[in-house]
Amino acid sequence: MDRKCLREAYGNTLVEVGRANNGVVVLDADLSKSTRTSLFEEQFPNRFFEMGIAEQNMMSTAAGLAIAGKIPFVNTFAVFAAGRAYDQLRQSICIPRLNVKICGSSAGLSDYGDGATHQAIDDVALMRALPNMTVFAPSDAAETEMMVRAMVDHDGPVYMRIGRSLLPNYIDNSVGYRFGSPTVLRDGKDLVVFANGSLIEKSMEAAATLDLEGISLRVVNVSTIKPLDVRGVHECMRSMRGIVTAEEHSVVGGMGSAIVCALSDVVGTPPAKMIGVQDRFGTSAENPEELMKEYGLTAEAIAEAARELVAETSGKSTMGGISV
Amino acid sequence: MRRNLLEMFSDGKVGHLGGSCSLTEIMTCLYFSVMRISKRSLLEGSDRDLLILSKGHAVLIQYAALVELGVIPRGELDRVKTLGGMLQGHPDMCTTPGIEANTGSLGQGLSIALGLALGYRLDGRSNTIYTIIGDGELAEGQIWEAAMAITNFNLNSIVAIVDRNRLQATGPTHDRFNIPCIDQKWEAFGWRVHTADGHDIPELLEAFKEAKAETRKPSVIIADTVKGKGFSFAEDNPAFHNASLNSEQLEMASRALME
Repeated sequence: MDRKCLREAYGNTLVEVGRANNGVVVLDADLSKSTRTSLFEEQFPNRFFEMGIAEQNMMSTAAGLAIAGKIPFVNTFAVFAAGRAYDQLRQSICIPRLNVKICGSSAGLSDYGDGATHQAIDDVALMRALPNMTVFAPSDAAETEMMVRAMVDHDGPVYMRIGRSLLPNYIDNSVGYRFGSPTVLRDGKDLVVFANGSLIEKSMEAAATLDLEGISLRVVNVSTIKPLDVRGVHECMRSMRGIVTAEEHSVVGGMGSAIVCALSDVVGTPPAKMIGVQDRFGTSAENPEELMKEYGLTAEAIAEAARELVAETSGKSTMGGISV
Repeated sequence: MRRNLLEMFSDGKVGHLGGSCSLTEIMTCLYFSVMRISKRSLLEGSDRDLLILSKGHAVLIQYAALVELGVIPRGELDRVKTLGGMLQGHPDMCTTPGIEANTGSLGQGLSIALGLALGYRLDGRSNTIYTIIGDGELAEGQIWEAAMAITNFNLNSIVAIVDRNRLQATGPTHDRFNIPCIDQKWEAFGWRVHTADGHDIPELLEAFKEAKAETRKPSVIIADTVKGKGFSFAEDNPAFHNASLNSEQLEMASRALME
C-alpha cells in the first residue's frame, strides 16, 4: 500500500491554510526542516517566527500572538512541546483557553536513533490532563491534513502529535469516516482494537492473521483522543467479547487509558488489553521496526492480546448491553 | 490606590501586600498618565496600550487602579479571591475586565508581551506594550529568553519595568539569590536602560517619557522601590510578602493614609 509522510502533509497543509487565512502564523524552535514548517517559511516569511532554541519563550509568545488575534501554530518535537514548555502551555494558554495550536512532531518512538530524551511516550498523557485542551493523533497523511484544517476552525487550544514514520493511507480509503469519531476501518465480530497512528497498520495485520485462526477482529481508528466520543467508542464495542487498545505511547494516560476509563463509566470495566509502552522510557535503535518490537508494539502483540481475551472470555456473554 | 488596596485586606484576607505597595506609584503613572487607555477601550477591548503584569501576585494594586477607572465595580473589592468572584488571586483575562493576560507563574509576562508586539506589528498597530517584572523574578530564565528574542525581532514597542524592591518571599534578594548588575545585563541584551525612584511620580513620568522617545531599542525602566511602601510596619519587611493584616495593623494603615 502507498505510504505517505505525515510531516510533509502537515507542512503542505499549513501553507494552504496560511494562504486562505492570513491570521495563521507559525513559530518554530530551530527544527523547521524536520517539522516541515520550512515550507510555510518559504511562502510566508513575515508570518514565520524562528524563536531560537527556547521553547518556553516560544510557547508564551504564542499566547501573546493569540491575544493579538492571530492563530499561532507552535512547532517542535513532541517531547519538548508537551514537556519542556508544559507550564507555559498550562498557565498562559490553557487556563484562558487561548487559540494556540501545538504540533508535537517526531512523536512516540519514531525518532528511533535519538533515544529516550527525544522519544515522546508521555505527551498524550500530559496534554489530556489539561482542561480546555483538544488532543489529536492522526493515523495517516490524509487525516493529518483534515486535522490541521480542524485546528484552524476550532477556537481554543489544540495539541496534535505526528510521528516521523511513513504510514499507509487507511483513512483516505475508509467508508463513513466522521471527523472526531471512532471510525471502523475493518469490521469484525469477536473483538475490537482501538488504535491510532502507526498502530493502525499493525492492527490491520493482526486482524488478517487472526482471520486465519477464526477470530474476527474489528479495527477502529481513534485519532481524536480528547474530547473522546464515548458514545462512538461504545457503539464500536457493542456485542464484542473484549477490547484491545494500541498506541505508540505509554499505557499510562494515553488513548487506551482514556477509552478504558470512559467505558468503565458506561458499562463497567470491560475485558481489555492495552498495547503500548509499558511504563518505560525509550532507547536508541538502528531502525524503527526494531524499536517497536522491543516495546511490544507489533501486529503479533496485538494478535496475542486478542487470543488471550478470547481464551479469558470464552463461555461469557458479550459486552455492551447498556446503552448510552 | 492604597485605600482600595486596604479594602481587599479588610476581612482578614491574605494577600500580596508588599509587592503591591511597591508598585503603587508605577501603576498610578501607567493607568492615569502614561498609557493610551480609556475605561471604554479596556471594557470593549478596542485600540489601547496594554499592560502585562508578569509579577502576577501583585494584581491587587492593578485591581485598585481598575476600580478607580471604573472598569471593575467597586463592590468587587470585598469579594476578592472568593468563590465565584470576579477578582482571582492572580490575573485572569477571562474573569476580570481590564486584565490582558493570565500570569502568575513567574517569568512569562515578557514573552506574552513579545507575542502581542509581533501580532500588532503584522497588523500595522503601534500600541505600546508595558510589562512589569519583579526583581526576584529575574531569576527565571525565560525572562532572558524573551529579552534576547525581543531585540532579535527589533520590537521597540515594548517597555519593561523592573520593580526593584530588593526583597523576595524569603528575604533580601542579595542574601537569598543575588542577581548583580541588573542594568548591565539588560544593556548586554540590547535594551536601553532607564532608572528611576519608583515612588517619585515626576521622576517616573520622565523615565516613561524617555522610554517612549527611544525608538531604536526596547526600553527597560529599573525602578527602585520599597516593598510594603506606605505602611510603616510592612516597609522592607519580608513578612508582608503574602500576609493578612490584624485589626491594629489595619487601623495603623488607615491612619497613615489619612495623614
